[in-house]
Amino acid sequence: MIEFQAVTKRYPDGTVAVDNLDLAVEDGRITVFVGPSGCGKTTSLRMINRMIDPTGGRILLDGKDIRESDPPLLRRGIGYVIQHAGLFPHRTVLDNVATVPLLTGQSRRAARARAGELLELVGLPTKLAKRYPAQLSGGQQQRVGVARALAAAPPVLLMDEPFSAVDPIVRDDLQQQLLRLQSELDKTIVFVTHDIDEAIKLGDRVAVFRVGGRLAQYDTPSELLARPADDFVSSFVGRDRGYRALGFLDAAGVPIGPVTTVRAGEPATADQLTDGWAVAVDAGNRPLGWVSTELLSTMDGSVDADRLVSGGSLFEVDSGAGVTAGSLRNALDAALSSPSAVGIAVDGDGAVVGGVTADTVLAALADARRAGEVPA
Amino acid sequence: MNIDWPWPWLPANTDDIAEATSEHLYLALLPVLVGLLVSVPLGWAASRWTVARGILVPLAGVLYTIPSLALITLVPLMLGTQIIDPLNVQVPLAIYTIALLVRSVSDALRAVPGEVTAAATAVGYRPFHRFLTIELPLAVPVIVAGLRVAVVSAMSLTAVGALVGIGGLGRLITEGFLRNNGVELVAAIVLIVVIALIIDALLLLAGRVATPWTRAQRGAGATA
Repeated sequence: MIEFQAVTKRYPDGTVAVDNLDLAVEDGRITVFVGPSGCGKTTSLRMINRMIDPTGGRILLDGKDIRESDPPLLRRGIGYVIQHAGLFPHRTVLDNVATVPLLTGQSRRAARARAGELLELVGLPTKLAKRYPAQLSGGQQQRVGVARALAAAPPVLLMDEPFSAVDPIVRDDLQQQLLRLQSELDKTIVFVTHDIDEAIKLGDRVAVFRVGGRLAQYDTPSELLARPADDFVSSFVGRDRGYRALGFLDAAGVPIGPVTTVRAGEPATADQLTDGWAVAVDAGNRPLGWVSTELLSTMDGSVDADRLVSGGSLFEVDSGAGVTAGSLRNALDAALSSPSAVGIAVDGDGAVVGGVTADTVLAALADARRAGEVPA
Repeated sequence: MNIDWPWPWLPANTDDIAEATSEHLYLALLPVLVGLLVSVPLGWAASRWTVARGILVPLAGVLYTIPSLALITLVPLMLGTQIIDPLNVQVPLAIYTIALLVRSVSDALRAVPGEVTAAATAVGYRPFHRFLTIELPLAVPVIVAGLRVAVVSAMSLTAVGALVGIGGLGRLITEGFLRNNGVELVAAIVLIVVIALIIDALLLLAGRVATPWTRAQRGAGATA
């Protein structure tokens, strides 16, 4: 547990970076500090490993005031992932990861063996071990950064805007990987970002900071979306918060209706379609796209897989258990993004199991609201 | 001035030439080494404190513009050394080396990316350890570039020392000039140039061997 008790950081010129912060970071959870530039989120993070010392208040790590610890020794027990990875350019990937084990006195051989395990854990091929950081892509460098931070097996991991410098697809990949790692490792993670979507996606708890270093709200993501504490939080959380809040609601109550499918490459006629549309599927019943009456009339009688209307997002359900794995947001988005207004529901293998429409999703939402499952 | 073929002066004077050459190397290289050792802490100070930088860098610029002959004749007056003491040449050479390298070292250390030093601090390096194992190695390419200039200029400046009676290959130049011995004169000049080029090449090579990461090509095998 990391506790901030009335922590203030005031610079000699009078600027207040962090103003009287009281906050407790729970063990084994991801706590996100989010806010606009100049809100003190990074300063607060860097006070945890004494990269910055507060001018008032105190920070306790597992009940012990961190000012009693020698900063370098304290830091070796706290993983740190920095923006742009901050890898040592003159050391190979393997030696970068082996840094902290070496600092803590392990032999070079043991440190490198440990580094090799970590590269595997973060999903990097071992052939990259001998490369220098400049030879890696941004996403790979960031993975090495995470591996380096984990090398000494620290219980606490500080992450300072680690994924902000990579492109959206790689970022999504890195975020998924962090969640996967966290489900295995149960670290106490403090993650700083200016991106509220990232905060909501990753955080078990989110601390929203406002300019001037004041804590505006500290809550779970769903509470933050449902009940912003004030206008600042509400505007920071964004315009689509009602829609995004659906992401926290289980879509188990959404009925999966039938959807008409036609097999690609096989003959089909207009009267096989429902309301002028059908999903074209492959031999494994996986969706390839949509075919309309109009489109079919130009296709010489059989379904041409190369000329389909592309489909919307897919709504994944767990057909085996008869319950949905997705959220109301996934279900609604599948319906809204589909050209036929019917969202395609697929099972874990990606095979079509049925369809959802926007009104069935909204009806399920109304039911959930009546049952008191929706925070009001 | 006559240049005889097949240069009977050369084989007759190999011992003298060898002695002058080793003297020249000692006179030139020792000050460069001392200058390097002094420049690293000074350059570090200049990279760290704006005030130190504001003093050291302009001072280095001024020192470098003082004519070598003036500095060589001033040193005995300031240090009280004998007129033919090798220090009269070596102290100015060390000063020139420092003048050249303080800026190089300072710039090179300042060029170390902030996130690299921050990451080093965050993983638990103590400041001096971090300087020796992270910042200084990263500064090596720029320092070596400065060192190559310093060595080559020290090799040629050492020759000026002969004008105030200090040995080295410069002595052969002045001697050759006074005795109207073209072969001695040209041999000394060629030796100075060739040795300077060899040392320069060795430094270049050593620098490359010491910094394998600078040749790592971006994108080699890099995917997502």
